[in-house]
Amino acid sequence: MKALILVGGYGTRLRPLTLSCPKPLVEFGNKPMLLHQLEALSEAGVKHIILAVSYRAEQMEKELKNVEEKLGVKISISLESEPLGTAGPLALASKYLTVDNDPFFVLNSDVICEFPFKEMIQFHKHHGKEGTIIVTKVEEPSKYGVVVYDAETGKINRFVEKPQEYVSNKINAGLYIFSPSMLNRIELKPTSIEKEVFPAMAKDGHLYAMELQGFWMDVGQPKDFLTGMCMYLTSLRQKNPGCLYQGPGVVGNVLVDPSAQIGKNCRIGPNVTIGPNVVIEDGVCMKKCTVLNGAHIKSHSWLETCIIGWKCVIGRWVRMENVSVLGEDVSVNDELYVNGGRILPHKAISDSVPDPQIIM
Amino acid sequence: MALKTIILIGGPMKGTRFRPLSLDLPKPLFPVAGFPVIYHHIEAASKVPNMKEIILIGFYQAQEDLTKFIINVQHEFKIQVRYLQEYTSLGTAGGIYHFRDQILMGNPEYFFVMNSDVCGDFPLVEMLEFHKHRPAGTFCTILGTEATRQQSLNYGCLAENKDTSEVLHYVEKPETFISTTINCGIYLCSPCIFEPLKRIFKQNLEENYNFDFNTPNKEVIRMEQDIFVPLASTGKLYVFHTTRFWSQIKSAGAVIYANRHYLELYRDTHPDRLAKNGEGKPKVIGDVFIHSSAQVHPTAVLGPNVSIGKNVMIGDGVRVRDSIILEGAMLQDHCCILNSIIGWNSTVGMWSRVEGTPNDPNPNKPFAKLETLSMFDDHGKLNPSITVIGSNVQVPPEVIILNSMVLPHKELSGCCKNQIIM
Repeated sequence: MKALILVGGYGTRLRPLTLSCPKPLVEFGNKPMLLHQLEALSEAGVKHIILAVSYRAEQMEKELKNVEEKLGVKISISLESEPLGTAGPLALASKYLTVDNDPFFVLNSDVICEFPFKEMIQFHKHHGKEGTIIVTKVEEPSKYGVVVYDAETGKINRFVEKPQEYVSNKINAGLYIFSPSMLNRIELKPTSIEKEVFPAMAKDGHLYAMELQGFWMDVGQPKDFLTGMCMYLTSLRQKNPGCLYQGPGVVGNVLVDPSAQIGKNCRIGPNVTIGPNVVIEDGVCMKKCTVLNGAHIKSHSWLETCIIGWKCVIGRWVRMENVSVLGEDVSVNDELYVNGGRILPHKAISDSVPDPQIIM
Repeated sequence: MALKTIILIGGPMKGTRFRPLSLDLPKPLFPVAGFPVIYHHIEAASKVPNMKEIILIGFYQAQEDLTKFIINVQHEFKIQVRYLQEYTSLGTAGGIYHFRDQILMGNPEYFFVMNSDVCGDFPLVEMLEFHKHRPAGTFCTILGTEATRQQSLNYGCLAENKDTSEVLHYVEKPETFISTTINCGIYLCSPCIFEPLKRIFKQNLEENYNFDFNTPNKEVIRMEQDIFVPLASTGKLYVFHTTRFWSQIKSAGAVIYANRHYLELYRDTHPDRLAKNGEGKPKVIGDVFIHSSAQVHPTAVLGPNVSIGKNVMIGDGVRVRDSIILEGAMLQDHCCILNSIIGWNSTVGMWSRVEGTPNDPNPNKPFAKLETLSMFDDHGKLNPSITVIGSNVQVPPEVIILNSMVLPHKELSGCCKNQIIM
């Protein structure tokens, strides 16, 4: 089987992290974002994965070589010379997708969930039409485009953009499985799969919806990245509690790389991910944070809802909160307050950031 | 030769800009660098040879804090200290005139008058020496200091004869620039000052006395407007300049500034009052006062410019800088206190941050003084200032209290920024 992952461009929504690292390689739950999908696909028996990218990143291609070996899958890069939207990349990669008549997966790269690939294959084969999309339930459907479908069969009737009156609470989760014949609907030009292709497929009775069980999050921007991390750790607690960290001062679900060091009298958690080679000194309190490889958090600091980039150094008695995101190698002096600061790589912060702002 | 010192301590409706701290304790008793504001005045006065008595004049009802304070300072400085209570607010000179018999008892040759809302390194001995060499019949020497042209407008301004130091012109808070020499609120008077005081008092009585119960009698005499203004250019009023530390203490923010300077003075005057680093002791940076009864965890880091009061408890990994922690307060583990005053018996929870914004004088301007900003800006928003936590306030764990004032007996439930919490 085959899968196409829509990796896309520069990942600007996840800046300043993506200024130092291609988005698919940014670690989510101590694992590159893309690897979550690659592993799940490989698990489901997918042997060839095509990454649809609109820019080349050497670092990523090198990393993918290792993954190919480790997972025993073939990874191809399909490079767009101009952005082709969400459908165009399928046409561009059609030579890979039509080598046989098996259905293939298409994934948005920012999605984190318990990927139900095996169930998707079953469901898709069962109805026998051109496409299946995964839908997920949301609390406030008026913010999204919702999917209206038959609860019994899953057959999609229509899509409604930002409904003002309740019609459905299910939205497109960005995970699809298609039969190769569906590619006839797509031309090699910038096209939106959601707005142009799906409505036509639904009209023809060729699109079915399958509801996702468990959590789902688009982690393409910092706030959602952290919310998604909380969901991911909760799911780890159920699926694989052994990999969560246990130790003095740990509260709730906390993921810690074995090479990280944690000092005394800390309170870590709930919902904290600590990457490799991170040093947390004594008396630090952290909640809902991700700390990336090699960062150093000094004594008595307090961090909530933050992403601390690679090799950052946070001083003592620093308070950081409100979706502060530090790029690679940022240093924050002792005793400062950072409220919602987005700080670009290699900055030395010597004054407090009392209100949300971007520090160039 | 006998000398006396009068300290004008005001009364309960004074010091309102000092709230919420003055809700619990008269402002003159507020501790700066570990000791009440007027303790520093009394200490300076007691060092002048032949000082026989210190008289506090004000209109506070007799109260325990003041009585206790007086007993303590009498004991410590071995000098008579009394409190004379005005029956109503009589003004900066009215109280002095009212209690003239008490002041003149024992025939003092001169007496100092010190306002309690100023602080500084008072050059009283030098003032005395200067005053003695003024012509016979001199009423008063005013302690003066330099201010910037802009800031001088907020003070009493005086113009002088540079050769004789005679005050030629005096205006209180002028609208336009007069002089960069300002009145420090510290005076040295000869008993003959009672002549003009008597004259003004009588004049006030005669001009204002009537039998109409609707208009109150004018009993207030202001030293500045009623005495200094008419006495300028009469050869009776002189100015003595100081370049030493001096500041007003109007707002709570000024206390942090005064604290820093008094602590700095301790390096010369009382090195024993400054905390030192050592085995098993908290880390001290710069000038720090720690009361002997305070319990500070050895992993705490204090200073510079920190005063820790009686029975204060400071936990593991606490950081305090540019702040005053008042008696009985508790700072729990890992909390961080910057540019703030933590009130009596208040608690700051673990990992909380209490932070204010200092408004120190511009260090690049010579003679710049502390600005006494108004509380609100033109748009009605609170100006950033030091954070003041009133007495018996509970600051919960892990919150930030930024540029705020919290009135006494509050249990805060979350963060507050740029707010007054009633």
